[in-house]
Parts: sequence; structure tokens; C-alpha cells
Amino acid sequence: MAYSNKVIDHYENPRNVGSLPKDDPHVGTGLVGAPECGDVMKLQVKVNPQTGIIDEAKFKTFGCGSAIASSSLATEWLKGKTVDQALAIKNTDIVNELSLPPVKIHCSVLAEDAIKAAITDYKKKQAAEGKSAATQVQPSA
Amino acid sequence: MAIKLPIYMDYHATTPVDPRVLEAMVPYFTEHFGNAASRNHPFGWEAEEAVEKARKQVAELIGANAKEIVFTSGATESDNLAIKGVAGMYREKGNHLITAVTEHKAVIDTCKHLEKEGYRVTYLPVQKDGRISLDELKAAISDKTILITIMAANNEIGVIQPIAGIGAIAKEKGILFHTDAVQMAGKVPFNVNDLKVDMASLSAHKMYGPKGVGALFVRRRNPRVLLAPIIDGGGHERGMRSGTLNVTGIVGFGKAAELCRLEMASEADRLGKLRDRLNERLHKSLDEIYINGSTEHRLPHNLNISFAYVEGESLLMGINDVAVSSGSACTSASLEPSYVLKALGAGDDLAHSSIRFGLGRWTTDEEVDYVADKLTHVVTRLREMSPLYELAKEGVDLSTMQWQTEPQH
Repeated sequence: MAYSNKVIDHYENPRNVGSLPKDDPHVGTGLVGAPECGDVMKLQVKVNPQTGIIDEAKFKTFGCGSAIASSSLATEWLKGKTVDQALAIKNTDIVNELSLPPVKIHCSVLAEDAIKAAITDYKKKQAAEGKSAATQVQPSA
Repeated sequence: MAIKLPIYMDYHATTPVDPRVLEAMVPYFTEHFGNAASRNHPFGWEAEEAVEKARKQVAELIGANAKEIVFTSGATESDNLAIKGVAGMYREKGNHLITAVTEHKAVIDTCKHLEKEGYRVTYLPVQKDGRISLDELKAAISDKTILITIMAANNEIGVIQPIAGIGAIAKEKGILFHTDAVQMAGKVPFNVNDLKVDMASLSAHKMYGPKGVGALFVRRRNPRVLLAPIIDGGGHERGMRSGTLNVTGIVGFGKAAELCRLEMASEADRLGKLRDRLNERLHKSLDEIYINGSTEHRLPHNLNISFAYVEGESLLMGINDVAVSSGSACTSASLEPSYVLKALGAGDDLAHSSIRFGLGRWTTDEEVDYVADKLTHVVTRLREMSPLYELAKEGVDLSTMQWQTEPQH
């Protein structure tokens, strides 16, 4: 299969490979896919509590070159976005940017799922944080 | 010595034509172009003589009689002819066939075709080492069984089936035995009489001959195997395979078979050592890599390894100056991981992580070292970006994890 130059570039020079501390309340982690399907993506975002903007995004991917490129691109796009802007990233944007062929569209879908999973996890943590913060605050109030 | 890139290490897929084979073929394109079926002039006689010489060369490779060789367009046709030919000819005797789940598609799909026509097929499972169990074979036999078709050596994992054992069982029960010997013949000793094989499929392009020519060995005596032809026409090849003979291809096939017969012992020894060198070098530098299939009953030039936590296609992308194959779904037309590796029960994830190395006549020490070192580098790099490797290093048991396979929306 011939890969687009952008896919090859992301494969050879993946952006933002790595991990963020998953217990950090400002970090959201998404882990999607399954080994037996041949694709697993872990995508993490770190949201700045002051600005509400994602200032760090990291990924690790088990999958084909297109899966690696899709998640690498996703981390690039996530940085500098608010949580709501992040949720607006569509898999078709990734398909277009990387010129993915039809058989590789599922890689972009997985990347979109990973973004949504990471944001969901972040929101869940924030909600829990808010609750525990509230319970901590109450006695002294 | 400088290495010439890209490196070809996919000799199970096909092999280059040996220059000595090409040399033998050339005159038959132009000078001796006759039709082997032209009985009344020297052009035809020359062609026929060349075909008969090749028939003898091919027969000699497998210990057969020249009259038992039917030339075809390749092993897919040979498999079709053997299986459909027996099914058609022996329908009154029975309608049951036995094969195995790891067979080549040319066998599996032919059997599936027959199932639609009312035949019954047993697909024997394989054990962890890729071999069938002879006890399971015996248990599958019924009084309706007319054919056992089990490959000699597997095209993905190079595992050699217990052919002599299968042959003995088939003989005892009076059932015909066909084997797809494409990967084995010409590489290691394969004798149709020692192994009690009734039919064997061969392919020229897997043994340094040209593409588009193959053969089916069809036993003539004890028992005399009869086949219903699948191609009708001029009655060539004792009526079993009509169609003008591919004289040039057949000449090349004959020469290729002869070279394999003469050079097999030293070639197998050399390639076995090279394969072991590749394997040891990989094992020395990488952890968690697994050989798929038996190491004992295996072709000397095959190595099939799963590199845990790394997906096959991304691995191939990283070694794009090396031609190998992967069992990964992404590299197959069907988008399914290798059914052969799945049949070993190793888990789909390891099938996705597999690479097949096929060494051959022109593989060198330097190439093996280059491939091993390059793979080590790429596997290491990809593991650093693999979430599975990270989880495994954290002590998480991946097999018990709940995976998120449904979309999040």
C-alpha cells in the first residue's frame, strides 16, 4: 500500500509520543481499540486549570502507520484547544489531512474516539474533583 | 561487501528465476517454438521432446515416474484438479473429504466450493505447533471418505505435517491422499513413494522456475488414481488437463527441478544455518518475541515470529527496504489477521504482530544481519510508542483487560 507523505512523516517523526500522569486531576486519558483488532490508541490531554485550554497532549499507539499518524496528528491539533473545541474534531478532518484511503478510515475513527474518551475521562475527573472539593469546603463554611 | 537494497526475504511468495533456468528456456521462445501436440512435423517433435525431458526432471525430484506428472498452470490449478477431480470421479464411492484449517486458500476454497455441491468436508484443527493430530485424522475418517488433502509444509509458518503418517493411514483405509507440496518440494527431500502420497501439487515459481507453470503428480499404480478433468478440450496430459502445453515454462520448470534436486542438500543446510542466525540475533536483542509453529518440524528456510506489542504493518513500514510478509490484518486483502496463526491459538494480537521471513538461494549472511539489526531498531522504537508495551511493563495482564471496542459517541 502506498502511504501519503504526511502519514510517512508522522510515522517517522511522531509528535508527542509519551504519557502523562493518569492520576493527575487535570489529565484525561482515553484508551480505545483492542489488541485482537490490531489497533489500540492511548491519548491523553492535560488541561490548564486557569485557562481551560489543553496545553499538553500525548499518545501511544499500537497499530498500522495510519493509526500512528492519526493519533499523532490528533495530539498536534488538540494542543491550544479548549475541551469543547477538542470535541469538535471530526474523523473526516483527519482523513482529509492525511489523505487516508478508504480501508484506513477506521484509524481516523479510532483517533476521534480516543479524543472523546480522553475528554470524557477529564470531565468525569473534574466532576468528581468538584464534588470532593465541595465536601472539603463545606465543614469549614 | 555492500548490501544491495531492497533485500528480498519473501521466498515463500515467489522466487526469482535462476539464470541457469532462464538460459534453458530462451531457445523455446523463438527457435523451438513448436506446439508439443503437433505430431506430424519436427517443430512439434522438438517441443514434445523438451516437455518429456522436463517431465522426467520434475518426476525425478519427487521420486515419481514421468508418466505420473500432469503439467498445469500452477499449484492452484493442481489443487483444484486433484480435489475436484477426485470428488467428481469417486462421487459414487462417497462424498466426504478431510483437510485442515491451515491449508492454502487454493485447497480451502476448493473444498468450500464442493460443500456447496453437497460434499461434506472435515477441517481438522491443528495443535499449537501447527501440525494436525493423526488420531484426530483417524477419528474423522468414515466409510464415505474419498480424499484426504493435507499440505506437506505450510506457506506461512513452514511447519511440515506428518505426511508419512497421513500416507500410511490413507493407504490402510484405502482413501486417496493429496498433498500440496508447493513449499516443500525442491527444498527438502520429498518422495511420493516413501510418503505414500497419491497426488501432489507442485509449482515452478517457488523453486526458482517461472511463474504460470505447475504440476500435479497423479499416481498410476497401486492405486491408479483417476481424475475427472476440470478443463475440457483437446485431451492433453492423458486427458486430465486439456490446453496447449506451456513448453517454455515447462522446460524452465524441469531445469529448476533438476537444480533443486542436485543442490537441495547443501542449500537446505546453508539456509538452515542462516535462518538460525537470524533467529538468534533477534532473540539476543529483543525480549518477548515468539516463533509461530514447530521449530522441529519446519522448513529450514522459514522463520515466522511475532513481535509482541507491535503491529505488523507498522513494522513493515519501518523496514521498507526489506521484503517480508506479515500476518497482520492490515497487510491482507481481507482485513483479517492470518487464519493460519489464529488456528495455532496464539491469540489474534500475536497474529497481528507477526512477520514471515522466507530465505532463499541468494540470501547472504550480510542480509540476515542487516535485517535482524534493522528489525531490532524498529521494534524497539515502536514499542516505545506502544500502549500495550507500557501496560505490560506496568504489570497489567493484557488478556484479562476490558477493551473499549465500541465507539464513544
